Amino acid sequence: MSRLSSRWIPAAFQLGAFFLALGFTTVILLLAGAPPLEAYKQIILGSFGSTVKLADVLVAFVPLLLTTAGVLITFSAGLWNIGVEGQVTLGAIFTTWILRLLLDTALPPWLIIVFGILAGMMGGALWAMLAGALKTFGGVNEIFGGLGLNFVATALTLWLIFGPWKRPGVGSMSGTEPFPEHLWLPQLPGLRLSPFALLLALVAIVLVYVLLQRTYAGLRFKAVGNNLKAAFLLGLPTWRYMLLAFGLCGALAGMAGAIQVEAVYHRLIPSISSGYGFLGLLVAMLIRYRALWAAPVALFFAALNIGGIQLPIVLKLDSTLSGVLQGSLVLFVLLVEGARHRFMEKRARAARAEQSA
Amino acid sequence: MTGDAIIAGLAGVLAAAAPVLFAVIGETITERAGVINLSLNGTILLSAMGSFVVASTTGSLLLGFLAGALIGAGVAAIVAFSSITLRQSQVAVGFVLALLCRDLAYFLGNPFMGEAGPRLTATRIPLLSEIPVVGPLLFRQNLMTYLSFILIAAAWLWIYKSRPGLTLRSVGERPRAAFARGANVNRLRFLYTVLGGALVGLAGPAFSLAVKAGWKGTISGLDGIGWIALAITIFGAWNPLRAAFGCYFFALLQWLGVVLQPSLPNVPSQVLQVAPFPLMILALLLVNIGNAEWVERMLAALPERTRHFVARVLRSMRVLPPAGLGVPFERE
Repeated sequence: MSRLSSRWIPAAFQLGAFFLALGFTTVILLLAGAPPLEAYKQIILGSFGSTVKLADVLVAFVPLLLTTAGVLITFSAGLWNIGVEGQVTLGAIFTTWILRLLLDTALPPWLIIVFGILAGMMGGALWAMLAGALKTFGGVNEIFGGLGLNFVATALTLWLIFGPWKRPGVGSMSGTEPFPEHLWLPQLPGLRLSPFALLLALVAIVLVYVLLQRTYAGLRFKAVGNNLKAAFLLGLPTWRYMLLAFGLCGALAGMAGAIQVEAVYHRLIPSISSGYGFLGLLVAMLIRYRALWAAPVALFFAALNIGGIQLPIVLKLDSTLSGVLQGSLVLFVLLVEGARHRFMEKRARAARAEQSA
Repeated sequence: MTGDAIIAGLAGVLAAAAPVLFAVIGETITERAGVINLSLNGTILLSAMGSFVVASTTGSLLLGFLAGALIGAGVAAIVAFSSITLRQSQVAVGFVLALLCRDLAYFLGNPFMGEAGPRLTATRIPLLSEIPVVGPLLFRQNLMTYLSFILIAAAWLWIYKSRPGLTLRSVGERPRAAFARGANVNRLRFLYTVLGGALVGLAGPAFSLAVKAGWKGTISGLDGIGWIALAITIFGAWNPLRAAFGCYFFALLQWLGVVLQPSLPNVPSQVLQVAPFPLMILALLLVNIGNAEWVERMLAALPERTRHFVARVLRSMRVLPPAGLGVPFERE
């Protein structure tokens, strides 16, 4: 009896967190004077209502899954890679750079596309390892180094768009000159979704799962993450593992940036990372750092993002409602997790008291 | 540029730094007690929006500022409750709140965007404001700017020169020892987190009811300020005086960016606005690098005299966070 209930308790608490978040968001909607059920209906219709919308959800799912996969690695090494936004941006910048360089060469287009993605991964990895080097060699906390580098990455994008890479005539917030269609990652007819991008993201999350769960390197990341000092005293070159975790995460974030350039916008735009880095951190926290759950939860978050776009058009509400639901969900999962621990402790103490009596 | 224009510009720098000062001093007090409140970016946006709405619907500036402080204290109470009572990661909860409060601000503030609201105007201090140079610089500011001057001194006196301040520092540095001396560590941490949060919350109305009056949603230009405030807190080595220097330095750089814009036509204005960030990273690197182990090893290889000199320079810049920062306290 008690064993059965102890298995169901965590699930019950998590379900409770979900309903708390839903309740919180409903209260917020009522505060804004909006009809809650209608708003939720619009989000569902806006994300799964048609093939085009479903494809758009998958378009958002790809970069989100990639950043989630990336930060799962840094989280396992005990690192708070808040700079993941900037790493997506640098990936996009490097991809744009290579595409511009190779635009007029005789290379086959598919090779240019592949080089573009590799360059993006390299750009993201370099930017991440800069934050990593600041931490390991400079003693700068990765949260603050990463945040600063995010702003620098944004500035770099703006400078490129308005400076050296500006459109013929005058630079504008609409971004650089679009690339010719043969340099796009092939898309499904009539949809914005590229099956290759989807495949890359799915392969990435599987590889990250295997790396973290099934390999020696994954175990070492966790050793560094769980007890830095012990890992160091046992002879692990901890700084090397930290830099490696940053580099791998940055490469995946950079790939997300490359895909945004090659498959979604076909050019560099000012806000190319679109917040997918921060959202990836939220997803990783919501799934409590277990790679197995990354894909379904990232899909759910992507659906909320795309469904939210419908809100300003139909109900004159701000689309950030999706963000409110996502944020409150993670907050309540954290709070409920803490409450569950206290609840279990109290139960264990009561059981001990009963035994000794 | 004439002397008068420069003085007016510098007076503007002092005013522009005031909101950031409230946030940085608030966070400094919180972190001195050993708690990190990472939610600043969301808190400031939410309190800026909330206080603007309260002030414009009631017509009372005082109620607006009160609402801002309450919002800040409320968000900080969530951080304190989840980290101290429920023992969840402070960084995780703070980060989620940073994003959640930002989205809440944009969602709830949507109908009020661009509306006219009350604004705190400058209060000239009689006699003092007539002194040449110093008068226009210091004594023709608004009330929040005067309060920010007082806050710097008050926070410094509280932390370094008062008995409760001594307890505050011990709670952040050696919670176990403080506990043995009879301090209720977790209750004090709760208290200082909420107090610091209320100060952070005042940064919101200091923007939306004074320096950058109004609520304009995503183009209010406030997104990112909270992250900057967190960086300045570290740069300020958890010392209100040094933190104030960081705030003024940052505001000065932003002003210089605006002033220099016409003479640098090839640099887009967006780039100059973020120019302080690379400098901020560099500053963080300078104050932290003395802690790195390889630096010490390299120093050991230097000739005696150079070593003493370099070591002294590094030590003078180096900052160490409160030893108990971010570490939950449990008595057994």
